Amino acid sequence: MLGGPVGGPLLALSGARIKQFLREPGALFWTFGFPLLITVALGTAFRNQGPAKSHVAVIAGPGSGIAASALADDRGIEVAILDPDRAVRRLGTGEIVLVVVPPGSPGLPFVYRYDPSRPDAAAVRRLVDERLQRQAGRRDPLPTRDETAVARGARYVDWLVPGLLGMQLLNGAMWGAAFNIVNARQRKLLKRLAATPMRRSHYLLSFRVSGLLFVPIQVVVLFAFARLTFGVTIHGSAIATLGLALLGSWSFAGLGLLCASRAQNSETANGLINLITLPMMVLSGVFFSSSRFPHFLQPVIRLLPMSALNEALRNVVNDGASIFAQGYPIAVLAGWALVTSFVAVRIFRWT
Amino acid sequence: MDAAIRIEGLVKRYGDLVAVDGLDLEVRRGECFGLLGPNGAGKTTTIEILEGLLAPTAGTVQVLGRQWDRDPQALRARIGVALQETKLFDRLTVEETLCLFRSFYSPGTALQVESLLDEMQLAEKRATWVMKLSGGQRQRLAVALGLIGDPEVLFLDEPTTGLDPQSRRALWDTIAALRARGKTVVLTTHYMDEAERLCDRVAIVDHGKAIALGTPAELIDQNGGQHLVEVSTEPGLPPEAFAGLSGMRAIRAKGDGFALSIDEPHVALPALVARLTEHGVRPTRLVSRTATLDDVFLALTGRTLRED
Repeated sequence: MLGGPVGGPLLALSGARIKQFLREPGALFWTFGFPLLITVALGTAFRNQGPAKSHVAVIAGPGSGIAASALADDRGIEVAILDPDRAVRRLGTGEIVLVVVPPGSPGLPFVYRYDPSRPDAAAVRRLVDERLQRQAGRRDPLPTRDETAVARGARYVDWLVPGLLGMQLLNGAMWGAAFNIVNARQRKLLKRLAATPMRRSHYLLSFRVSGLLFVPIQVVVLFAFARLTFGVTIHGSAIATLGLALLGSWSFAGLGLLCASRAQNSETANGLINLITLPMMVLSGVFFSSSRFPHFLQPVIRLLPMSALNEALRNVVNDGASIFAQGYPIAVLAGWALVTSFVAVRIFRWT
Repeated sequence: MDAAIRIEGLVKRYGDLVAVDGLDLEVRRGECFGLLGPNGAGKTTTIEILEGLLAPTAGTVQVLGRQWDRDPQALRARIGVALQETKLFDRLTVEETLCLFRSFYSPGTALQVESLLDEMQLAEKRATWVMKLSGGQRQRLAVALGLIGDPEVLFLDEPTTGLDPQSRRALWDTIAALRARGKTVVLTTHYMDEAERLCDRVAIVDHGKAIALGTPAELIDQNGGQHLVEVSTEPGLPPEAFAGLSGMRAIRAKGDGFALSIDEPHVALPALVARLTEHGVRPTRLVSRTATLDDVFLALTGRTLRED
């Protein structure tokens, strides 16, 4: 008794999933529209406006005018002459990076006051020192010439878009599939299905089948939009990008299924989903690089499925790397997919 | 005679709570069998064990000669189910829902969606989303889904609870038609009129036990008879005042008066009126009516079926 023609129930369940999804405007927005809005918002807020100027103050007094005019010649420096109190206060709040205290009388040293823990302070100090030394007559013996090149995929928005794809896939698996399953259990719909000869694996697989349709659409919509608005391009293989997205969504689906396997009501599901998604959103480098976290955390972070997906996607999309060089992240994703699906199916409750 | 369902010593415990407390029943093929009892009597637990959705704590259950722990998939294909208040897929239409459920059954045996839509009077609503159906339409769809696999046994858990009178009547007609076609139907209800009207045999269930079993007429006859007279007087009388009344089988207090179970109204009523005159009291209420399963439940447990 195999219950119907080959693929019949699975196709019917998947078709039902797809229809329901398309009939729910909220789900459509969160899946397809929301990531586009974030792309616009963050891409605009963090657009490259040329190198930012460093703010430097010169303490008012004898010689301050000459020093300030020398610094004003540098395009990287925004200089102001301030009284000592105000200069110190602004240094404290971080509005200015460095305070130049000209000497009271000739022969005494210029004093540079700055906070060495600020990442730009040392560079600004060198820049300011060089300007003042040159003005005082220093000559460079070695002739040099600059050639600039903007690295491809180096803007924030280029870096952001692959992370947003990861976030979108995670949300789809959690709020789309997992929440849906718990809702069906709460409404006794799972129980009703369990009373039919439907094969239980078919119900769970139908979420994967509908994913096979929706994930490519998500990838295409997001990258097409990012290309039109910000000129973001996929430097590596588009097929590899799609393949990684499918693998990523598979491993998130496993996590989602795990969340959904026991939760009896949507409140519990809500908590579980947040418990899983929020740490990954922070740790896994969606909006900022996870390299900012301490060294000892890095091996743990690299084991998270979201980190693995983001890493592999960025390697392919931003750096044009080959998918065959992404062995570690792919292994992490596949591992999560297999383990979570296996456990979830074992402990899944229908009633 | 071949039994559709056989239950022996069925027990279901949830921790300290005993939901089903040693139930023995047999449902014959082709009959409509009712589990009648108040809320919390263990009806839903029992029917869900029969449906293979719950595992019993103890006892044996045979459905169509099989047990749930052996090849449940094959058994599921031979039964149909309508759970108490199932919520279906909100954003699928009636027709899509039927087609989806049909796909779970062998195409050789499953009924045609078209004929089921007609039979359940859902043809007009075929393209309507489930979330937009009325309570009665939704319940008819739930029964239709129970029927789509052309089951040998149909389980209906509180099929008309929460429906308006007109929808209830429409659903009763449908269930009566199924019975007429020879389907085995097992239903639970706490409406005595529903059980009387639909069921060939009824088990009255209370606190997880069957306290009475038989046809509705047998149960009424065994527990006080077909007729009831309710009488209140001014001034009131003690129950002894009615002792030895001809044709009276039993008496119990009801409201500010009494309910008398009697065999033959044409004998008992004149005797009753004579007795009242004898005591010099005036009847403020004197009603003769047919006894119901509700009266049977009251006679057996001292409580009414629906305690609000």
